[in-house]
Amino acid sequence: MIAVLRATLAKDLRLEWRSKDAVNSMLFFALLVAVIFSFSFDPTAEESRRIAGGLIWVAFLFAAVVALNQTWARELRSQVLDAYRVSPASPNALFLAKAVGNFLFVALLEVLMTPLFIVFYNLRAIGPVWQLALVAALGTWALVVNGTFFAAMSIRTRSREVMLPLILFPISIPALIAMVQATTGILTGELSPRFWINLLLVYDVVFTTACLVLFETVLDAE
Amino acid sequence: MYGVQGDNGAGKSTLLRVIAGLIEPTAGSVQVFGRKPRDAKRSLGYMAHASMLYDELDAVENLLYFGGLYGVGRERCEEAIRAVGLDPALRRRVGQYSQGMRQRLSLARAVIHNPALLLLDEPFSNVDAHSAREMVALLARMRDEGRTVFIVTHQPALLEGVADEFVSMESGMIVARWPARGAAATIESARVERTQEARR
Repeated sequence: MIAVLRATLAKDLRLEWRSKDAVNSMLFFALLVAVIFSFSFDPTAEESRRIAGGLIWVAFLFAAVVALNQTWARELRSQVLDAYRVSPASPNALFLAKAVGNFLFVALLEVLMTPLFIVFYNLRAIGPVWQLALVAALGTWALVVNGTFFAAMSIRTRSREVMLPLILFPISIPALIAMVQATTGILTGELSPRFWINLLLVYDVVFTTACLVLFETVLDAE
Repeated sequence: MYGVQGDNGAGKSTLLRVIAGLIEPTAGSVQVFGRKPRDAKRSLGYMAHASMLYDELDAVENLLYFGGLYGVGRERCEEAIRAVGLDPALRRRVGQYSQGMRQRLSLARAVIHNPALLLLDEPFSNVDAHSAREMVALLARMRDEGRTVFIVTHQPALLEGVADEFVSMESGMIVARWPARGAAATIESARVERTQEARR
């Protein structure tokens, strides 16, 4: 299973490196959100710290959906997904490779966009910065694991671009609240993010397990 | 080697997809070498009407990936590419291949793990006559090596003298079985007869 996971991940990274479909569209989208919000508001440094958690995560969530929608599209072209399905390779290896690939794409987006958010909103964390990295990692996984799963569910629907956010956003609300609260807590230094980080951790474990259990059924649904 | 023939919508591709375990039969059951298709995946090679290849990868990259799903290494991938008459050193992406080259590579993908049962859905469509004859010769060699081959085709004449039997399908049912010799002419006259009857 590990070998198939690695091979699928390497293949997806190579395909993305050659096409840059997902990363480019995510970057442009997140950049637009950051710029438009910075023109719409003119907050003080303290106000920025209070709203930045929400702004950043909403921008990343919307941008991630753009990439998540493309996750399976490539597999449907030329019926490539059927070649995987007739092979003895584990469906969960495919799912995890896709989820890890999406995690890396969204993480790259976050690395590139965070300095811009810092500049546009004059951000400076009062709480421990290392916890931001933890929140980002757990939060990103929460978005991509569900996103990858629901994108697979919606690939055979006619309006999958609309369907994915319709299913993904409601189910991501607990994770999104935890991400925003934890980020705001770290930026303002006013509350401990420990509870929200633990909540994210539990959310990740529960939804990763559920996705792994159900993915084979989703993959084989015709 | 079986040639599967029938009009559009007769259920030929569906039959192959059921045998390949891609869809469940609505009635009855399928066994591949005494097992459910799902449990016989290593014994199955499936080539669909579409190429089932990544256009952005070259031949070796494609086969290394699909071979990896069966635990097959680089040497076997290159051997499979050579066996279908392509050059493993060609670094051109599959998206730039001609339809004939694509079909050959798709066949190499289907046989990369040496399956005992090959299911081929219109492998000769959009392939020039010379390439199609070469593919038929390759499939005949595979049959001679002991593989069972199902070929869905609208060109039964190509398999004349090579296939062991032809079956005709209509509305999801096998309605006739023809011996290989003279099958193409028999199938064509049966088709003309059906058309005339329908007009009457």
